[in-house]
Amino acid sequence: MALRPDLAIIAGAVPSGARALDIGCGDGELMAALRDKGVDARGLEIDPANVTAAIARGQSVVQGDANRDLADYPGDAFDYAILSQTLQTTERPDRVVDELLRIAPRAFVSFPNFAHWRIRLALLWGGRMPVTRLIPVAWYATPNIHHVTVSDFRDLLREKGIAVEAAWYLSGDKPTSDAAASWRAEHAIFLISRT
Amino acid sequence: MASLLHQIQHQSVTIAAPLPLDSGQILPSVTIAYQSYGTLAADRANAVLVCHALTGDQYVASDHPATGKPGWWARMVGPGKPIDTDRYFVLCANVLGSCMGSSGPASPDAATGAPLGMHFPVITIADMVRAQAMLLDHLGIDRLHAVVGGSMGGMQALAWTAHYPERLGSAIVIASAARHSAQNIAFHEVGRQAIMADPDWQDGQYYGSRRAPAKGLAVARMAAHITYLSEAGLTEKFGRRLQARDIKSFGFDADFQIESYLRHQGLAFTDRFDANAYLYITRAMDYFDLADAHDGRLAGAFTGAKDVRFTLVSFDTDWLYPTAESRRIVQALQSVGAAASFVELSAPFGHDSFLLDVPALDRLVAGALGSGG
Repeated sequence: MALRPDLAIIAGAVPSGARALDIGCGDGELMAALRDKGVDARGLEIDPANVTAAIARGQSVVQGDANRDLADYPGDAFDYAILSQTLQTTERPDRVVDELLRIAPRAFVSFPNFAHWRIRLALLWGGRMPVTRLIPVAWYATPNIHHVTVSDFRDLLREKGIAVEAAWYLSGDKPTSDAAASWRAEHAIFLISRT
Repeated sequence: MASLLHQIQHQSVTIAAPLPLDSGQILPSVTIAYQSYGTLAADRANAVLVCHALTGDQYVASDHPATGKPGWWARMVGPGKPIDTDRYFVLCANVLGSCMGSSGPASPDAATGAPLGMHFPVITIADMVRAQAMLLDHLGIDRLHAVVGGSMGGMQALAWTAHYPERLGSAIVIASAARHSAQNIAFHEVGRQAIMADPDWQDGQYYGSRRAPAKGLAVARMAAHITYLSEAGLTEKFGRRLQARDIKSFGFDADFQIESYLRHQGLAFTDRFDANAYLYITRAMDYFDLADAHDGRLAGAFTGAKDVRFTLVSFDTDWLYPTAESRRIVQALQSVGAAASFVELSAPFGHDSFLLDVPALDRLVAGALGSGG
């Protein structure tokens, strides 16, 4: 099965031989791709069924909560921290970003862009919280408690003085430009680093 | 009766080399009883050591010689099972201090030939592991593909990672802890006092006397057995239901099903276990604290184990070795950068879940073994 497009981008961008922590690693799909290219990948995942599945696949995964348990990792324990489609579910995304760049000098952060034009239209015309491909759960049941836009995230990085080494924006499964990302990107992937 | 128990012949080796113990005493030679399953590969790289719990034994996947019951982990170990004996050479040794053929309090004194009883030295979990390493040396196995254990077996697996990390590919630690808590010690002390208060105990020299502290041992087992179960499990299984009667007797018979069940468990245990061995092994568990040798820093125990793959499993209803104890180990492992996996499984059976039907545990163990080493 093909990797989700954002995971494929991350898998392609982590160099072989690196140490990586995949936070919210699910059943270990990205970690399997990373392992195939020689990355020493570890995982953190909150759902025990997912953790069990990942361990059964031979992955090293610890059941834990990104809000709390990143503190257990020492500084610079990894070369890369990876947080894909999880930032918007954390209690304090700003503090999680700090933790990512404490345990690794570089981090991948990917999230659904809440400013995508379809979501803007859904709110503007329907007046209702959108249910889309990337945000598929109704407002009352969604784990996404901090919806974030590309512009919001760029602002947060600027405030914190965090560098953007690379960014990818996906519309559907296709890349879209930096300039149009704010309204055209369904999904954004940032590679950030300490300055 | 303990005397019948000690008449069983077990497969064992006696190694003439001395074993220095944590207590400072030295065992001049060591007898280790063990069972093995599967075939050791030509490169000797497929050995898996299974470590048994407090009252377990080496009959992990074969019928028990005293009770005739199937092995304690027959559901886990065998051809095509999670610990697959078609792939792995599975070894299970009776721990030092036990009563199923390994050196223990029933062993004869070299000078007099009489059973040692309480003259057997106090042993530790690390001593048990040193004896296992001697067995591996004897069998010509330098390195284990994996060491696997639940409860006290998990403590041995952890001790392996601390003392012989270079001899291990991976360690699978189930429903266990890196130390005994005050509560754990307290329950064990109840059991020991029950044994030592039994007049038939005779300061441990009961072996030739035709009397054995069966009542004390049964009470010890009853107290311990409660700690192996969960309240929800007990309520579901027994509730307040009465045993073979419709009304309360207003006496001290086993009115309640749970009483009758515990009495049965306690008595049945005395057919397959020796009271002195129970004293020694519970003491070894109470002394266990992996952080001891590292100024109380658990991470210090794992600094040599960065290349060992760890898999830890706890159960949400286990209050004897609760999830927090496994988490403590995971945190220590993460702080030294060891490859650690951890999950808390949901199961209704309390601490005993590691012995019972929990399919997720089977998948985990198979997966963790397949990726180890």
